[in-house]
Amino acid sequence: MTYTTLSLTLIFVLIPLILSKTLHLSLEKDTIIATIRSIIQLLIVGYVLKFVFDSDSFIYIFFMITLMIVAATLNARQKGRAIKGITWKIALTLIVVEVVTQGILLGLQIVPATAQYIIPISGMLIGNSMVLSILFLNRFTAEVESNKDSIELVLSLGGTPQQAIHTQLKNAIRASLIPTIESQKTIGLVQLPGVMSGQIIGGADPVVAVQFQILIIFALLTTASISSILIGMLSYPTLFNERMQFIKNATHK
Amino acid sequence: MNKIDQAIQFQNVSFRRGELSILKNISGSIYKGKITTLVGPSGAGKTTLLKLCNGLISPTHGDLFIDQQSVLAYEPTTLRRNIGIVLQNAPILRGTVFDNLALPLKLQKKSLTKEEAISILDTVGLDESFLERDATELSGGQKQKLTISRTLINRSKILLLDEITSALDPVSVHEIEQLIKKINKKYDVTIIWITHNIQQAMELGDYIWVMMNGELVESGDISILSKTKNKQVQNFIQGNV
Repeated sequence: MTYTTLSLTLIFVLIPLILSKTLHLSLEKDTIIATIRSIIQLLIVGYVLKFVFDSDSFIYIFFMITLMIVAATLNARQKGRAIKGITWKIALTLIVVEVVTQGILLGLQIVPATAQYIIPISGMLIGNSMVLSILFLNRFTAEVESNKDSIELVLSLGGTPQQAIHTQLKNAIRASLIPTIESQKTIGLVQLPGVMSGQIIGGADPVVAVQFQILIIFALLTTASISSILIGMLSYPTLFNERMQFIKNATHK
Repeated sequence: MNKIDQAIQFQNVSFRRGELSILKNISGSIYKGKITTLVGPSGAGKTTLLKLCNGLISPTHGDLFIDQQSVLAYEPTTLRRNIGIVLQNAPILRGTVFDNLALPLKLQKKSLTKEEAISILDTVGLDESFLERDATELSGGQKQKLTISRTLINRSKILLLDEITSALDPVSVHEIEQLIKKINKKYDVTIIWITHNIQQAMELGDYIWVMMNGELVESGDISILSKTKNKQVQNFIQGNV
């Protein structure tokens, strides 16, 4: 695709701008900012990836993954900022997800240990883990807020913090995992997933593209379950003090 | 009364939440096997006082002693099993009446037998047919009896009751009052009962505590209400009776 052809795709930006202006939605400014940011960010990423792929150095791969984890952590922590130490809890979760999944993929030589494979796969897995962490934290804080009386009841009857929070934790873990599991049930039927679409457009054999997509969706199942369970197990103890007392304002500021 | 007769002893207990002073320098004793009624206007700190006894919160100043031992010396789960609390609007868990009754033992990884469940229901005046009923569909009075019986499963020697009759009809109120008297006499349980109703406090209490603005302003046997010189307490009583 040439840059002239690419510039024609700006028609897709022009349509929402005209609609926003006509219907007085006041979204013109945000649309223009989003467009400019996406162009700049993606161009930078494109050149950075080209440099990293060409150099094929593990230091640059490590640097890129660290950058992804930092950006994902800073984004996800907004949803649980009242939970003490949430930043390092999310960072640790993302690191564990990356180590476990890449450990299996590279350790069993499922994919080659090159930047071309490690970076895009890490991006997808860390991104998914970030979304899962946000979904979990959203649901968990809401569950705790609306069930304070039940949590206090279990404590008052002699239950431990783990017993008191068990239902809320389980509900939040289940709720955050359901979208991943559900989307995989209709994969390929409703929409062609990103990796597969990209490879097919890039000229790859559709069967090879499907094989890669299967690898990704299986890995996503692991990242989803590790992310929500780990962030849950790390977060709930901060809602209680050493006397097993429920800290009422621990989930909101 | 001797120290040995004291079930709970408060020593200069204060409780603050942030800048807000909720309890101020409370000192006094709750006697074993007796019913102490706790009265006072909303926001006086009554519920906070009960939560301190059950260990749901800890004093920010001073100390309280259960059987001559500081609450801080007890392991929290042991303390809470020994001192039962029925909080106002305590939630009924989804499931059957039996599921709710089984909860305290389930938390200790023990199970409740059907016979034990029937026996505890009988204590609160509910028959065997209630066991498999959906707990969330009981009437207000039945739910309150269930929350009391659920707390009784732990066989606590001290029972803390927070306005357990405030939302009930007169017949249910009378039933609950008789039930609490029975529990007090039959099992020799020490009871602290928060109520807004001065009449109820005088009829049921062996002792009465009056709290206002986080302070214990009067305590003693029920005759203190007629003898009090405290203007605030006099106004409170006149507004209530």
